[in-house]
Amino acid sequence: MVLELQKPRPIWQIMFSTHHTDVGLLYLITSLAFLFMGGALALAIRAELFLPGSQIISDSMTFNRIFTVHGTTLIFLFIIPFASSVGNYFVPIMVRYKDMAYPKLNAIAFWMIPPAGALIWLGFADFTWYATPPYSIISAPGPAADMWIFGLKILGISSVLGAINFIVTILKCKHPDMSIGQVPLLAWSFLSSSLIILVAIPTFAAALLMLLTDRLGVSGFFNPALGGDPIAYAHLFWFTFHPEVYVLVIPAIGMMYEIIPRFSRKPIHSYQSGIFAFVLLSIVGFSSWAHHMYATGMSFTEKTVFMVGTLAAVPASALHVFNFVATMWNGRIKFATPMMWAVGGIALFFSAGAGGVANAAMPLDFQTHDSYWVVGHFHLFVMGTIAFGSIGFLYYMFPYVTGRMYNEKMGKLHFVMSFIGTVMVFFTQHVLGLYGMPRRIFDYPPIPEWIAMNQIASVGAMIIGVSMVIFLANMIYSSGKGKLANTEDPFGVGGKYYYPFEVKNPSH
Amino acid sequence: MSGHSSWPEWIYVGVVIALMVWVGAEAWEAERLVDHVPADAEVIKVTGQQWFWSFEHEDGTKEIGELHVKAGKAYKFEIESKDVNHSFNIHDYVVLMDAVPGRVNTVWFAPTEVGQHDIQCREYCGLIHYNMRGTLYVEDPSS
Repeated sequence: MVLELQKPRPIWQIMFSTHHTDVGLLYLITSLAFLFMGGALALAIRAELFLPGSQIISDSMTFNRIFTVHGTTLIFLFIIPFASSVGNYFVPIMVRYKDMAYPKLNAIAFWMIPPAGALIWLGFADFTWYATPPYSIISAPGPAADMWIFGLKILGISSVLGAINFIVTILKCKHPDMSIGQVPLLAWSFLSSSLIILVAIPTFAAALLMLLTDRLGVSGFFNPALGGDPIAYAHLFWFTFHPEVYVLVIPAIGMMYEIIPRFSRKPIHSYQSGIFAFVLLSIVGFSSWAHHMYATGMSFTEKTVFMVGTLAAVPASALHVFNFVATMWNGRIKFATPMMWAVGGIALFFSAGAGGVANAAMPLDFQTHDSYWVVGHFHLFVMGTIAFGSIGFLYYMFPYVTGRMYNEKMGKLHFVMSFIGTVMVFFTQHVLGLYGMPRRIFDYPPIPEWIAMNQIASVGAMIIGVSMVIFLANMIYSSGKGKLANTEDPFGVGGKYYYPFEVKNPSH
Repeated sequence: MSGHSSWPEWIYVGVVIALMVWVGAEAWEAERLVDHVPADAEVIKVTGQQWFWSFEHEDGTKEIGELHVKAGKAYKFEIESKDVNHSFNIHDYVVLMDAVPGRVNTVWFAPTEVGQHDIQCREYCGLIHYNMRGTLYVEDPSS
């Protein structure tokens, strides 16, 4: 795809390049490939749950493997690499530097992803993306489980290397004329999320090693039969992965900060409050990890502490929503495809946050925990907010990457169908959870409400599936045959697009 | 970069914080009541294992997959697991507590009406997790 189609280069030249736009392109294509692979698994899950009994999947083990790999793939192999792609393309430009700070490290961080993805997909583990011990130690079939552990280990290292690179690029390589208070919010979002990665990931990295040695039988950290404690794993896991939620969401918010002012034809309402909210989120994000664990038998005091920590993150998220709405207020808004995705994403972000407040309230959590409510809730974040922001930004950066325009009608159709589908799937799943359906189940008893809700969700998922086919066709066709973009101002909204002189083949 | 920290933003943030304080206070109050086990609650030992629930009443009666209790009485569940994590759930009564090997977790409830309710496992526990189900029978205390 892309500029390479205008000035073809042999593929190995891109693969072995360390230039930031080449690495960005590799990240982009890899992440989109995994988006479609993980999405296909989601469709299999929804088709299976359309009715009670076995539909298209013959046994529960296969089903368990499918949802495990679905979650692992979309979080670690789509969302994170996609953000890295955007960061690679735009962070150096935004801080006015020729490349990332460490180009070779950058390429190494990318090249860790394909082998890790291969380990995860060839293994096809079944112990959920949480790798729940002691199940993962004493029951989960190897070598799938071990391959998953090694895959995640590699991805963790890749994330840390990427984070170091972003931090150094932003703080040390920015143009001397530019103060940190002038760096665009998208770059700020990468700075915040990279700092979170550096603090959060080592904990899980340690937990993974302990899980592995437990599986090998040489230790018993999380194995009660050897005096270990599975709850310790829960703490280590969520200490990494609750902040990780912000690692995923903050770059997506940053992408919206690029799109919203541009298409509202107004400057951002408050640059300072955007920075403030990023920094605040990345700090309070560390105070809420055990809200995933109310039902593990925590004391009243512990539950209270983590409820307060969770609620404390809400005002920071709310600041972003205010900033977006205030920016659009009185703006001359042009609802091109990227803007539609961004605005849809904000609406779903708000809904997801509201549901999150209900989860955090202790007594309500016992109603929703491990039910389909939770599935609906976090998918409103990962799909409704993060994927919407990311896909919106993909449309937005399309002319930059390819020098061509995507098909606007298909882009809008993609949005409308995805939005309807997302609401049908994930709002319905909230209600399904209130009816008591547990998550991660292959089959369910024929309770009429459960059947109805599952069918609405499955139809919604199929609508998203069709919209993704339209998306794929649009991307492939337009990157080769789309009409040439006006790289000065491809969307006709005035102002400056990204330094159009950069739109050329890297010459080295 | 214009108009930062304008007054509508302050009001908005104030409202959000006030809402969170309200939610937190209500939740705290409700959870404090829920956490308090009545002194006269009868103990039922609940054991989760792949992939069924078994119960032991105070008088030594044992049941598997079924649980019989009397309406109008309070019961305290002491939940354990023999193998991997499970989660004991009677959704209709918002009874939900993980069964973790090596620990005893407690939760209580007081059924009020005669009826039949589903018991299920809400924590992933492997192959038959989806069918780790049971039935709760709430019976008339006079029978």
